[in-house]
Amino acid sequence: MSSRELRQALPGLLEVREAHGETTLVVEVGSLREACAYLRDEEGFAFLSDISPTDYLGWGEAGVAGYWGSSAGRDANVPGSWGLHRRPHHKAKRFSVSYHLLALRQGAPRIRVQVWLDDGEAVPSVVSIWPTADWHEREAWDMMGIRFEGHPNLARILMDDDWEGHPLRKDYPIGGEPVRFSGEE
Amino acid sequence: MLAERKLIYPGTRVPTPIPSVLQLDPELREAGDILQINFGPNHPSTHGVLRLVVDLDGERVVGLNAIVGYLHTGFEKTMEQKTWWKAITYPARIDYVSFQYNELVFVLAIEKLLGMEIPEKATWMRMLLCELNRIHSHLIWLATAALELGAISMFWYCFRERDQILDLFELVTGARMHTRYFQAGGLAEDVPRGFYGECRTFVERMPRAVDEYEALVDRNQIWLARTVGMGLLSAKDAIALGQSGPVLRGSGVDWDLRRDAPYLAYDQVDFRVPVYEHGDTYDRYRVRMEEMRESVRIVEQALERVEQMEGMPWIADDRKVVLPPRHELHTSMESLIHHFKIVTEGYRVPEGEIYVGVESPRGELGCYLVSDGGPKPWRVKFRAPSFVALQATATCMSDALIADLIAIVGSLDTVMGETDR
Repeated sequence: MSSRELRQALPGLLEVREAHGETTLVVEVGSLREACAYLRDEEGFAFLSDISPTDYLGWGEAGVAGYWGSSAGRDANVPGSWGLHRRPHHKAKRFSVSYHLLALRQGAPRIRVQVWLDDGEAVPSVVSIWPTADWHEREAWDMMGIRFEGHPNLARILMDDDWEGHPLRKDYPIGGEPVRFSGEE
Repeated sequence: MLAERKLIYPGTRVPTPIPSVLQLDPELREAGDILQINFGPNHPSTHGVLRLVVDLDGERVVGLNAIVGYLHTGFEKTMEQKTWWKAITYPARIDYVSFQYNELVFVLAIEKLLGMEIPEKATWMRMLLCELNRIHSHLIWLATAALELGAISMFWYCFRERDQILDLFELVTGARMHTRYFQAGGLAEDVPRGFYGECRTFVERMPRAVDEYEALVDRNQIWLARTVGMGLLSAKDAIALGQSGPVLRGSGVDWDLRRDAPYLAYDQVDFRVPVYEHGDTYDRYRVRMEEMRESVRIVEQALERVEQMEGMPWIADDRKVVLPPRHELHTSMESLIHHFKIVTEGYRVPEGEIYVGVESPRGELGCYLVSDGGPKPWRVKFRAPSFVALQATATCMSDALIADLIAIVGSLDTVMGETDR
């Protein structure tokens, strides 16, 4: 499967990136399901290893790559790191969702399918393509607040059902949680 | 009893529309007589805190929903706040039974982003310790699985050998569990000389110990009645549900990352990948037993190599990432500065993203890292094999009896710390 062949055949392909011996296929959110079905049925990627969402809010800005938190929330003005040698590449949208696929055959080829979205946008669910996506997508919803359209049971999985906020977002306050029955009440 | 077993059923048993939930037939619910019970979260057999909501029709399980999250501690969020080298301490605590693997996968991912070359001795020593850890993990599984079916003596025998492995870890790393022995670049310390003899004694002892375990349960009528033909999972269903490790190999899929996507020095050692095709609890047990024997073989080969490498470097010579040797701090200003910079600020990892997968005792353990070029990880995500394995409970348990619930869920070998992270 050469990069050029793939470019023609894969639905909604935007970009092919090669780094550290890994191939990343960036696809349009709208054609994610078609792209995944193609990779599973035509290229043999029957095994979905993982779904990894990432929040790039504040990417490349001072004080965000490891910030200090306080009970009032994140204080982006107090840098927890000593800054960056150089600014990392700009990301056009806030969230990425990476699907790590594996083909169970000679050479164990892996591929990463990636979609980009802003807050509030939804991703089509791939549960009907790989049933194992069920909990991975629930975790992505719970931790990052990414909505998966067509998921049969998109409920929180690791946090409590009535939890507010999505803890792995970069704007989720760390270092403090509201204390009930404190002296101020 | 073994001879009569049928091969895996045709068709899929993965429930729809929710693959991880066995939904109760509404007609059954209306007919009444359905008992809904909460199994867990605080039950001694759930290996942590797992809650299973089970619908029972008599003794038959007709509905099942696994609820996780009780041990969620936010490891991934915490690691974003730590410098790369301080974060190495955390992965081991995610899965407290196969701690070396979690450490390994995180360190391998950092090294890949850094583009580091690792000394041969470190590679072989990592492999040796990881295989010891695999035996350790399978021993705990066997001990608790047998205990849950009432065979308490197995527990004592397994923990006898387990303790010897922990003694070996202590000898090398100074800690019995959560060793934090792997550094980006190699190992934290050289291998102590006394290790070789102790490890050889263990390698000679262990195959006989496995014989003893097999003598206890392999033909035991109670063990067979409780495991053979229970918790069926077909090869297709196992792949669709993302199962890996012994669960996948017990369902007849010949797949092992150590052989099929070799990392460390697995392409230079001789070992066999056991595969069984019935997809039941008994086959998962058989896979783990044979894996223990194979791990002993790998440890033996690695031990020989590491012993020949006496006096060779155990960590890469890269002063921007690796702490300088202690004795240099007294004489070299340069080393002192490097030491200070690495300890206070940490090293920077070039911008990029990476996914590394290794074969842990529970299956494919993956680590996805994103770095923005700074001294702290931007994003850490673990692909926890236990988390994925629990999705198969609904498929394995459909039409099973409540009495087999513990044996079947136990056969998936899940560690709740890793599930919930």
